[in-house]
Amino acid sequence: MSADASAHAETPAGVGQGTITPSGWRSTKLPDVKLLMWVFLASDCMFFGSLIGTYLAYHDRSLTGPFPADVFDIPLTTVSSFVLLMSSLLMVLALHALRSDDIPKFRLWTLGVAAFGTIFLGFQVFEFVHFVNAGLSIHQNLFGTTFFILTGTHGIHVSVGVLWLLAILISSYKKPTSSKDAVYLEIAGLYWHFVDIVWIVIFTVVYLVEFV
Amino acid sequence: MPIRWLWRALPVTVLMFLLAGCSLDGEQSMFSPVGPVAQEQLDLFMWTWYLSIPVMLIVGGVMAFVIVRYRRRAGDDSIPGQTHGNMLIEIIWTTVPVIIVILVAVPTVRSIFNLQTFIEAGGEDVQVNVTGYQWWWKFEYPEYGFTTANELHVPVGTRFVLDLDSADVLHAFWAPRLGGKVDLIPNQDNQLWLQANEEGVFHGQCAELCLGAHAYMRFRVVVESQEEFEAWVESFQQPTIEVVSSDPLASQGRTLFASKGCIGCHSVGNYAEGVSYGQPNFPNLTNFGQRHTVGAGLLEANLENVAAWIMDPQAIKPGNYMPTLWQEDDPNREEEATAIAAYLLSLGSDEVVAGGADGAMAAKTVGGN
Amino acid sequence: MESTSQAVEPAHSKLFMRPTWTTGFGSWLTTVDHKKIGILYMLSSFTFMGAASVEAFIMRLQLMRPGQQLVSPDVFNQLFTMHGVTMVFLAIMPLGIGFANYFVPLMIGARDLAFPRLNAFGYWVYALGGLMIYSSFFLGGAPDVGWVAYAPLTSLSNNPGFGVDFYVFGLFLSGVGTTVTAMNLIVTIVNMRAPGMTFMRMPVFPWLMLITSFMIIFAFPPLTIAFLELIVDRTFGSLFFVPAAGALPILWQHLFWIFGHPEVYIIIMPAFGMISEMIPTFSRKPLFGYPVMILASILIAFMGFAVWTHHMFTTGLGPVVNTAFSLTSFIIGIPTGVKIFNWLGTLWGGSIRFTVPLLYSLAFIVTFTLGGITGIMVAMPTFDAQVHDTYFVVAHFHYVMGGGALLTFLGALYYWFPKMTGRLLDERVGKIAWGFIVVGFHTIFFPQHIAGMMGMPRRIQTYPDGIGLEIWNFASSFGTFIMGVGMILVLGSVIYGLRRGPRAGNDPWDARTLEWATTSPPPYYNFKTQPVVNSLDAFWAWKHPESLNVDPIDPATAGKKYDAHGIHIPGQSWYPLLASAALIVGSYGLIYDNWILAIVSGFAFIFCIFGWAFEGVGGHHAQPELEGEAV
Repeated sequence: MSADASAHAETPAGVGQGTITPSGWRSTKLPDVKLLMWVFLASDCMFFGSLIGTYLAYHDRSLTGPFPADVFDIPLTTVSSFVLLMSSLLMVLALHALRSDDIPKFRLWTLGVAAFGTIFLGFQVFEFVHFVNAGLSIHQNLFGTTFFILTGTHGIHVSVGVLWLLAILISSYKKPTSSKDAVYLEIAGLYWHFVDIVWIVIFTVVYLVEFV
Repeated sequence: MPIRWLWRALPVTVLMFLLAGCSLDGEQSMFSPVGPVAQEQLDLFMWTWYLSIPVMLIVGGVMAFVIVRYRRRAGDDSIPGQTHGNMLIEIIWTTVPVIIVILVAVPTVRSIFNLQTFIEAGGEDVQVNVTGYQWWWKFEYPEYGFTTANELHVPVGTRFVLDLDSADVLHAFWAPRLGGKVDLIPNQDNQLWLQANEEGVFHGQCAELCLGAHAYMRFRVVVESQEEFEAWVESFQQPTIEVVSSDPLASQGRTLFASKGCIGCHSVGNYAEGVSYGQPNFPNLTNFGQRHTVGAGLLEANLENVAAWIMDPQAIKPGNYMPTLWQEDDPNREEEATAIAAYLLSLGSDEVVAGGADGAMAAKTVGGN
Repeated sequence: MESTSQAVEPAHSKLFMRPTWTTGFGSWLTTVDHKKIGILYMLSSFTFMGAASVEAFIMRLQLMRPGQQLVSPDVFNQLFTMHGVTMVFLAIMPLGIGFANYFVPLMIGARDLAFPRLNAFGYWVYALGGLMIYSSFFLGGAPDVGWVAYAPLTSLSNNPGFGVDFYVFGLFLSGVGTTVTAMNLIVTIVNMRAPGMTFMRMPVFPWLMLITSFMIIFAFPPLTIAFLELIVDRTFGSLFFVPAAGALPILWQHLFWIFGHPEVYIIIMPAFGMISEMIPTFSRKPLFGYPVMILASILIAFMGFAVWTHHMFTTGLGPVVNTAFSLTSFIIGIPTGVKIFNWLGTLWGGSIRFTVPLLYSLAFIVTFTLGGITGIMVAMPTFDAQVHDTYFVVAHFHYVMGGGALLTFLGALYYWFPKMTGRLLDERVGKIAWGFIVVGFHTIFFPQHIAGMMGMPRRIQTYPDGIGLEIWNFASSFGTFIMGVGMILVLGSVIYGLRRGPRAGNDPWDARTLEWATTSPPPYYNFKTQPVVNSLDAFWAWKHPESLNVDPIDPATAGKKYDAHGIHIPGQSWYPLLASAALIVGSYGLIYDNWILAIVSGFAFIFCIFGWAFEGVGGHHAQPELEGEAV
């Protein structure tokens, strides 16, 4: 490989892709936090992948009931999935509002995402209580173990997201917020969309597949 | 200094040659195969060993050359040519490893197929169900309807298949001179096909950590002629339970075997109807007198060792589940343990134990029952 | 050297204001400086390594002769478990991360990692997690299930003591620390390279740390999930690994090895990177085949995720699965071999100086090649059936990890000690120590190949006598004394060097990369002016531009415009340490079923997160001209 002889001393190659920020030179125009969130989400894919893999490995291996078809209520879960999906739409609206410096709208939609997320969690709790009353628990059989831990982990992710959005919302009252801070909402949005997509996968692989 | 490298290599090289001069044969050595599976496995290793010698010589040789030829001479501060690379060389020294990999992969895949052929060939197999327990082996012969422990008998030159299961944690069945190991996994049905073409008593050992006394979970594989194997199988159909010799020690042992509670765990009558001694989850001692070892492959099964085992199993196999039946200061300990040992050694044995705490045995053939 | 700094922006939160000590104990507890954190990693790693060496020494004493009872089987099981856990999770991997922490920013011309507090958090959670695992020795017994902790050995019914709980919680948390540090490194390497430093002009060590970090973020989650499942089984009674409920023990093995195999490449990749720095420096030539080396490393990283089942050849998965993973395991040997040849190609035609780092690099090449050869051997399922779970495998992985990673890290210690401390380590004592270590290493581990093939399983407290294993075990145990002398010499050398070593200056080795362009040790802001590069081996190009055919750059002026906003130094913080402590304390709560403690700690952790998020920017702007540091 020949030495790089075409570089100019004062403006070497690659400089054009970078930018000077208050924290110093950055070699790309991607904000640090956004790159961090993408990397985190890549990792979280493997996290949920392993849990879903565990569920699939133990599918149909429970020695005793209740079994999935005994307890699943597809219409109900469809409604809660729809709520979560709609929350992602509200998230898009919130980000758009903040980028347009429409702070009241940004606050409204952000509250909406948190509210829809909480409604989803409410549905989850309702559903879990119904399953427990039907005799399903993590001690009962492999279905109970794998189902509750998988959906429980997802539920914790949703809860973290709700808390995060509420913190952003409250913080917007404590100090002036503008489109300059949009990247922090954007990464919350990336996280939220990811959690939503994971739910779509779980809904398909765990719930819908039972009735195919 | 380059000399330094050679000095370093010298003791290691000498060590390697010295050590290689020591024999590689052994009771558990894969270098002493007695069956087709172990032979196939050894042959593959030998091939890669021969292949690795030129690799080591070339890498070592190039390094030796380089550090001598290109060492910095004293006072020389010149900057050598700043070569960045060479595409042709990269292609060559990528291709060579590819070729080596092919030279390894083809025989490997072929050996896997050979072993599959061995497994799938038609014919009558001796079937043994192996269950691993902490820290002993249950061997059941479903075709013949009996159970034994820690010692496997198979006829020479005949393929046998082991159905492997575990009652508790992971174990692995490994008799190196017969072949490689397969794991015993709860809820999983693993199978191991083997064959021994030489008669003898071969060593095996558990090769998957099972906590506690894992190091002491050994076994024997007794390979014998077809007639001897059939006689051994036959001896389980109507096993000896009561003492048939005139040895008072063995009779005393028979009584103690019940009164000390051994009978609560260990069967000596193969769970035969009306003779429901013992539990399936503890080592079956039917025809114990025929066994080569005690404690799952630990010690030779003579009077002294068996008595020592019964007296203080923890001293021989720390952590195992057999309780200590006497207090340490109990004056009857040694006599009672020896008596029980004498009883056990009389079971299924053609020879009769003729008294004496020193373990002397006078052979006197007695008919089967 | 430290200098006083003035807080320019007041912290927003009243609680736990951002501290500003620059010296003393508090400055270490609250530091976010990558150099200090790097040193913390190195100190912890070497301390844990010392503990693991003691564990190994006791084991080898026990195995020196058959039938000994120096330690009981239960204690022995704890020793090999803790030896493996410590070496893999608490010593070798963090040592690579520690060197990365210190040197990656310097080598790419940056002033710190992208997220300094997250960096500190990663360290504390690793260190406290490691201490938590070690506390098990005093709290009822260490884990005794092997570093791989196969189910169902780890179930509550098979292992009711607390040892396994300490293992699983401690490693769960340490793993979180490792994962976030990897994410931090990725963002740093992608986003904070110096102006002009395109990826193909970046030195190999940061490249390999980038690749390693990607492996970490993909490999650790399956392990985290395995641990989570085991935690829930043991703490809340779920059935993930309960065979009586129909569970499959092999699920643990799959999850573990999907992590475990990439893990060994995570261990060796930083070492590869260091070798790729040391050999060019001491040959006075660039690395031969730089793009090929990068490509080979990327291929190894990818393939590393495709071979895990070769750890499970004897679990009865069948000939098709075994063949497939055997082939992928062979293939991964090809780029590895190419790397070895490229290092030899770097030495070829050079002007080689036999310093201690170079000697370790040469020992690495020989030892790692031997380990790679036995690796190809165990990749053959037919042969592996005999040597799996025997001392042959123990020998193989010690050759690649001990000979590969450990020897390299010792070389890197000698190489970079002058930069970190400003003093040189004694070369003569270093060479003697090297001799003891290398001879001792081979004496310990070469005979183990033979012991394995002659029937010695691993993880056994003793072995049968009379089957030919005595001589190999005796020789192996004897080697520990030889290697021990070497390691003690290194330790003594470091202690002496810290106080009395000769001054090193900025660039004692006439090296090639940017960390040598600043003082030894570097000032807290790393570089007086932002470095600017226009080629690979940027520092060498500044010194000898004609040798590389590049335009010269004036380092004192080229970077000035990139510092237009000033040199921002991140502020210190209590929250990384406090958040880690909350997680550890909460784990103790869960282990001892103390739900109050667990819940309170959980809230404390959440509080720390909020404090972290809202404590304000902190930090200050450094002014090197006023502080009198030279570049």
